[in-house]
Amino acid sequence: MIRTALLVAAKDLRIERRSRVLLWQVVPFGVMGLVLSGLALGPTHAGHSSAGPGLFYLVMVLVALLMINRSRAVEGSTGTRTSVATLGLDPAGVFLGKALALAVELWITGAVLLAGAVLVLHTALVGTLQAVPSVVVILAALAASGTLYGALSGGGEGPATLLPVLSLPAFAPLLIAGERSFSAALRGGALWQWWVISIVALAAYLALGILLYGVLEDS
Amino acid sequence: MKQLSQRLLGPVTLALLGLTFWLGLWVTPPDKVQGNLARLVYVHPAVAWVALYVSFGTATIASVLYLWPRTRSIVMDRVAHCAMEVSVVFILLTLITGSIWGRPTWGVWWAWDARLTSTAILGVFALAYLALRRANDDPELRARRSAVFAILAAINVPIIHFSVQWWKTLHQGATVFTSNRTLLIHGLMAWTLLISFLAFTLLFFWLLRARYRLEVVRGERYETSVAEALLERRREGVR
Repeated sequence: MIRTALLVAAKDLRIERRSRVLLWQVVPFGVMGLVLSGLALGPTHAGHSSAGPGLFYLVMVLVALLMINRSRAVEGSTGTRTSVATLGLDPAGVFLGKALALAVELWITGAVLLAGAVLVLHTALVGTLQAVPSVVVILAALAASGTLYGALSGGGEGPATLLPVLSLPAFAPLLIAGERSFSAALRGGALWQWWVISIVALAAYLALGILLYGVLEDS
Repeated sequence: MKQLSQRLLGPVTLALLGLTFWLGLWVTPPDKVQGNLARLVYVHPAVAWVALYVSFGTATIASVLYLWPRTRSIVMDRVAHCAMEVSVVFILLTLITGSIWGRPTWGVWWAWDARLTSTAILGVFALAYLALRRANDDPELRARRSAVFAILAAINVPIIHFSVQWWKTLHQGATVFTSNRTLLIHGLMAWTLLISFLAFTLLFFWLLRARYRLEVVRGERYETSVAEALLERRREGVR
C-alpha cells in the first residue's frame, strides 16, 4: 500500500512539475484571491490581522477545489484508469498517493499564501509561524477529504459544478478548525482543542478514504 | 398482518399528531419562564430527532447495507434515497422551528452557534446527496457513489449531537435527560413530549413508505419506457 502510494504521489507530482500548472495558474490564483479578499474588506478592515486567518483558509479552500479538479482530470485521461486496473494497484494506496500529492501541492500554495497574509493582511509573523503546524495538518485533512470527494464527483467524467456542492459542506468544519487555531496562535491562546479536532478529522478522512476509495474506483 | 399495519400507519400517525397538538396547545400549562413559547418543545425536538437520527440514520444504515456485498440490493439504494429526501424536509423544519424559537429568546432569527451551523451543514449535505444522484445516470454508479457520500455525511451527526457539550453555545444542552439520566421534565409535559416524538417518528415512516412506493413506480415506468424504445428501434431496423 505504501509503495503504491509513493508511486502514485511521485507520478502526480511529476506531472505537476512538468506542466507547471501549480506555479503559473494555481499559486497566482491564490495570491489574487487573497488580494481581492483584502479589497473586498476595504482598507480599514483588510489591515486588521483578525481577518487574516479566515481569509487565508477561505482562499485555500477555493485553491483546493481547483487542485482537486486538476488531480481528477489527470486520473481521467485516456488509458490511466485502464492501466491502473491492469496493474492491479491497491486502491487504498492510490488514494493515499493522490492525497499525499495533493497535500504537497496545498502545502506549497499555503506557504506562499501565509507569506502573503503577513504582507497584505498584516498577520503577526511570530503568530503566523506558530500556526504553521496546524496549517500543515488542516491542509493534509483538506487533501484527504478532497481526494475522496473528487472521486465521488466523478472527476473528469462528472460535471465540474458537482465537486463544490459535495465537498464544501465537508470542508466547512476544517475551515472553522483552521481559522480558530490560526487565530489562537496569533493571540497566543490555547491551541490543543483545535489541534485535536484537526488530527481527528485527518485520521477519519484517511481511514474512510482507505476503506471506501476502492468502492468508488471500481464503479 | 403486514397489510393491516401498513394501512393503520397513516391514521395512527394523524391521530398521534392531532393528540400532540391538542395536548401541546391546550392541555399542558405554559412554562414559568418562557410562557406559551415553550410549547414549541412539543414540535422542535421531535422534528430534530427525526431529521438527525431517524431519517439520516435510516439513510446511512441503508447505504452501509447497500455497500455490504451480502445485503446489496436496489431496495437498500431506494430506501437510502427516499430517507434522505424526507430528511431534507425534516432538517428544514428543524431549522425553521428553531429559528421561530430563537427570535424571541435570543433576539435573532439566526446565530452562528455550533449546533445551528452544524445542522445547517447537514442540510447542505443532504441536498448535495440529492444533487449527486441527479448527476449520475448509471443506476449502479449512482447507488455506489451516493452510498459512500451518505456515510461520509453521517460523520456530521455526532458532531451536531455533542456540539452543545464541546463548544460554548447559545443552544441549550440536554433538557429532558441530564448526563446522570435524571428526568428534568415532569407529568403531562413529559407525556406530551413522548407522544410528539412517537408521532413525528411515525410520520417519517409514513412519508418514507409513500416516497418508496413512488420510487418503485418510477423505476418500473423507466424500465418500461426503455424496453418500448428498444422495441421501436428494432422495428425501425426491420423496416
